[in-house]
Amino acid sequence: MTTTLTKTRRPQKVTHDEGPRRSRPATRRRNWLGGLAGWLWLAVVAVPLYWTLITSFKARSRYYASNPLVPSTDPTLENYRLVIESDFLQYFLNSVVVTVGAVVPAVVVSFMAAYAIVRGWRMRVLLAMNGLFLMGLAIPLQATIIPVYLIIIKLHLYDSLPALILPSIAFAIPLSVLVLANFIRDVPKELFDSMRVDGANEWTTLWRLAAPLTRPAILTVSIFNALTIWNGFLLPLVLTQSPDRRTLPLALWTFQGQYGVNVPAVLAAVVLTTLPVLVLYAFGRRQLLSGLTAGFSR
Amino acid sequence: MSALPGTTRRRRPHSALPWLATPALVLFVGFAVVPLVGVFALSFTTWDGIGTIRATGLTSWRKVLTDPGLTHALWVTFLVMAVSWAVQTPLSILLGTFLAGRQRYRAVLGVVYFIPLMLSSAAIALAYKALLDPNFGLGAGLDIQALSRDWLGRPGLAFGVVIFVVSWQFIPFHSLIYQGGVQQIPKSLYEAAQLDGAGRVRQFFSITLPQLKYTIITSSTLMVVGSLTFFDLIFILTEGGPGDATRVLALDMYKRGFQASLMGPASVIAVILVLVGLGLALLLRRLGGRNAGASQLEGA
Repeated sequence: MTTTLTKTRRPQKVTHDEGPRRSRPATRRRNWLGGLAGWLWLAVVAVPLYWTLITSFKARSRYYASNPLVPSTDPTLENYRLVIESDFLQYFLNSVVVTVGAVVPAVVVSFMAAYAIVRGWRMRVLLAMNGLFLMGLAIPLQATIIPVYLIIIKLHLYDSLPALILPSIAFAIPLSVLVLANFIRDVPKELFDSMRVDGANEWTTLWRLAAPLTRPAILTVSIFNALTIWNGFLLPLVLTQSPDRRTLPLALWTFQGQYGVNVPAVLAAVVLTTLPVLVLYAFGRRQLLSGLTAGFSR
Repeated sequence: MSALPGTTRRRRPHSALPWLATPALVLFVGFAVVPLVGVFALSFTTWDGIGTIRATGLTSWRKVLTDPGLTHALWVTFLVMAVSWAVQTPLSILLGTFLAGRQRYRAVLGVVYFIPLMLSSAAIALAYKALLDPNFGLGAGLDIQALSRDWLGRPGLAFGVVIFVVSWQFIPFHSLIYQGGVQQIPKSLYEAAQLDGAGRVRQFFSITLPQLKYTIITSSTLMVVGSLTFFDLIFILTEGGPGDATRVLALDMYKRGFQASLMGPASVIAVILVLVGLGLALLLRRLGGRNAGASQLEGA
């Protein structure tokens, strides 16, 4: 929390630094345009985050009278208390259940499929499956939401957490298979052959050889999927109804509906729901970022 | 799918493999492929979302295709796509090139840049909604007239806000892609250009930009196809309003289906969404000769 605070404060100070630097004759050629864009963009990103953070600590009564860009001299946790008392622990738990409940099976089945596709690339069935998964990359979740809703009703899962988990798994599969297959392909063939000589079957080879050797990729894919599912809004919006089935993004939205005029409270809810992700970001930034582009930049 | 070079067919030892892929296949088909086919089927029916589904042929199609609302939604979707592409692409390339530099301070800036990537669209939309509030937002608090306009209450302004927030959320992602692209350009090209006396700007236009061709196509494909599915953000920010100023296709589908209980017409919109997305993806692929998906395919 404190680190975000100090970092987000930078822009004003730094944009002033730009002046002297600019006028200094360049000894080495500098990328002025890039540099300018870089600092400007920092301000564009940081100001809203900074404002959100400091406002969430302001008392509602003082909020309207205070300078919006100056932190409160008398910070309060009152807004956070209100948010937590509005069942956010329950919503947090729902989000955790849905995310873990979808990511673990999604990654496990995707890994098995990716392994089969790489090892059995001579087999027509598996080539066809690979093609199907690749096409799946182009299926937008939004466009399928009505039939998904119908299927969930028919399965008597409407308004339950599994209703959110099942489609989440399905839509995580294509990209996961693609990325994992790319990494399994890098495992030297000789290793697979020596496993076979030792009499290991595919199942053993999968878990004893392929999985340990591609652990970073598995982690990357898990993180990407977790982020997508954690932040998902459409599935909970359409497939649940009861307040106690809400996940965090949906809860945020309904909270705003209730407390819309209480700006500091709404912002406290925003901060609180993003906190877990930001903590993760602080510790595993590199993994997170590589996870985000894994499907595209390899 | 290219290579099947002189294969020695050894099917036997691999015969267990298809079973390993089966669980993924079942889940994927059940909750993604079947719904995709299902939405085509549902577009020929009438259903209120609760009662029975009745096949009614082309009724829904006729209803949607003659509705001026569709043309409007298509137009808004296209505008969002084109304008957000035109705003995001140059900025992402610029920032990506900037971030690809080895300077330590750039890496530090990068830490802040990528924070929006972690946030949910819901959180971003709500924060901006509060920030832009004409009475209680940032502009009102600072008492700056230019900033305290009714941002979400006027059609033109609301559209601008949507573009701005979309860019705020997604430029980091595309910068990340471009950063990777720039870092893969061989250093020797720049060294040669420097010997020839080419300046920074010249180097950017004659080396960086052409070398980024495939990155631009990948990023643009993701941007353009992705813009079809902006839902959460616009839904929370404007709900398609004011009036129908920001009512994009995805929102139009949701409103018809889940608010007006007209699942048939909503399915028609969904089908249109799929077709437009597919068409655009193919078009962009043509333009570039290959894209990320194709190159992945070649590696299979």
